[in-house]
Amino acid sequence: MIHSPKTRIVSQKMIFPGCCLLKIFSPEISRTAKPGQFIQVRILPLLDSTLRRPFSIHRVNREEGELSLLYRVVGRGTTLLSMERENDFLDVIGPLGKGFNIPEGKRKLAIAAGGIGIAPLFFLLEELARSENKDYTIYTLLGARTGEELILVKEITSLTESFPGGVEIATDDGTVGHRGPVTELLEDVLANRPVEMVYACGPHDFLRVSSAMLEKHGVAGQFSIEERMACGIGACYSCVCKTRRENGEQPVYKRVCVDGPVFDANEVVF
Amino acid sequence: MEALNSEPNLAVEIAGIKFKNPVMNASGTFGLEKEYSIFVNLSQLGGVVLKSLTLRPCPGNPPPRIFETASGLLNSIGLQNPGVENFTKFCLPGLKELSTNIIASIAGGTVEEYAAVAGKLGESEIITALELNISCPNVRHGGMQFGVSPSASAEVVKSVKAATGKPVIVKLSPNVTSIVEIAYSVADAGADALSMINTLTGVAIDIYRRRPVLGNIKGGLSGPAVKPVAVRAVWEVYREVDLPIIGMGGITCARDALEFIMAGARAVAVGTVNFINPEATIDILEGITLFLKENGVKDINDLVGVAHDTMQGF
Repeated sequence: MIHSPKTRIVSQKMIFPGCCLLKIFSPEISRTAKPGQFIQVRILPLLDSTLRRPFSIHRVNREEGELSLLYRVVGRGTTLLSMERENDFLDVIGPLGKGFNIPEGKRKLAIAAGGIGIAPLFFLLEELARSENKDYTIYTLLGARTGEELILVKEITSLTESFPGGVEIATDDGTVGHRGPVTELLEDVLANRPVEMVYACGPHDFLRVSSAMLEKHGVAGQFSIEERMACGIGACYSCVCKTRRENGEQPVYKRVCVDGPVFDANEVVF
Repeated sequence: MEALNSEPNLAVEIAGIKFKNPVMNASGTFGLEKEYSIFVNLSQLGGVVLKSLTLRPCPGNPPPRIFETASGLLNSIGLQNPGVENFTKFCLPGLKELSTNIIASIAGGTVEEYAAVAGKLGESEIITALELNISCPNVRHGGMQFGVSPSASAEVVKSVKAATGKPVIVKLSPNVTSIVEIAYSVADAGADALSMINTLTGVAIDIYRRRPVLGNIKGGLSGPAVKPVAVRAVWEVYREVDLPIIGMGGITCARDALEFIMAGARAVAVGTVNFINPEATIDILEGITLFLKENGVKDINDLVGVAHDTMQGF
């Protein structure tokens, strides 16, 4: 983990209206980051008291010392961030949090992304493609509201083409792929394929429905959870999510920043 | 020119405790362990103030727990903590290596709970002083029911003083008609020092979901937005009550800290800004030192309450 008050923006572009891809130069973070981890970004350093914003790491380029964020413009912080340009500076802390893990022996994986939820999952796919183990089967399920908001399909198809499985698409309006929520694709895969682990990220309702499906089919999962965050290092207890305990004990609030952001699917109470 | 070149005195004394400098963190921002030591050498600070502890483990409030407002932060954490016994077993030993004052914060739902937590913490040599959180707005039994009543706050102070020999700092709520009246009352009850202010209660509405943003509905507002309210509270209490004051509320830089000191605070605590700039406490300490040097002030104590001197006759 490092705190780098002056991190240069390599590039920033709009992928579709309201969705940006930001690339920053940070050799230290890109070298050590694992899929599912995040960084805390301070926008407008020194000028303003806006809190840092947490962003999942979308991809890393270790050779160039760069890492990318993929985000939607949803509020004040992301609006300010979207106005930053190449060679502007951001104040960055990271990598933070617990990322995804691939348990020994699990080889049949599904990746389910709801909209911008693809951001951390793309990094996971990159790492799987880079790994020496090539005997994975990967079912990749991508959901978006419309065909226009469907992103990275080409890159993901080429990342996963050496693995059995395939890429399936669902859009709410049916402009591309299955018409309906991506959870319908997940239900189909869970019912008909021998999946051993599901990695998911996306809106709260998408994760809630996915969680119930995993439970029904008895399949393990790892979900990347989002919550409003302040310190990012486990001190303030702002970013909690409700988690189950064994033996029927009362649920406890765990910190998304240090106990997550990736949680076991059966641990999270939706 | 010797005065300009020599290092100014930053040490202050509060309730018989020596602080090497007047800068510490505000309760609830640095956790219960050494979380911020990844950014800050905690031993360089005048003191480290822990997150509030309750007698039993406290689950905290449902999320969302925070909401950003204009120059402020609304929070309703709800005192989530493992309880004093788990703290003593698992967190306290790790704090021993810090060479600074460790101030434990106490919250509770009854006078007896405050006294019980104080009694347990009072046994530890690692803890220098206790701060009574009688002003947390986020838990029904989080103390504010005491902090808004002069007689109830006095009762808590008396029972804690009876339970421990440690110096007792009382953290006051701004959510009252007269903060001076509460300050008088806890001073009479034996408080050794005051800290002020805790957060101001607030509500934010999510207009798309047509309901309050915070899971707990109400939260406590902190950050730069509350600073003038906090400086006013310090100003008023300094004039009326003869107890040392630790000032806090929206401090983001050395200038803010010096405002509190000149209004009458002998030390300051830095809260919300830590989440934005995790090195803020040290930056503020360095900024205060620089200000003293640049202005030929030999001793920080010479600035405590100095803004009142110009007010004689008003």
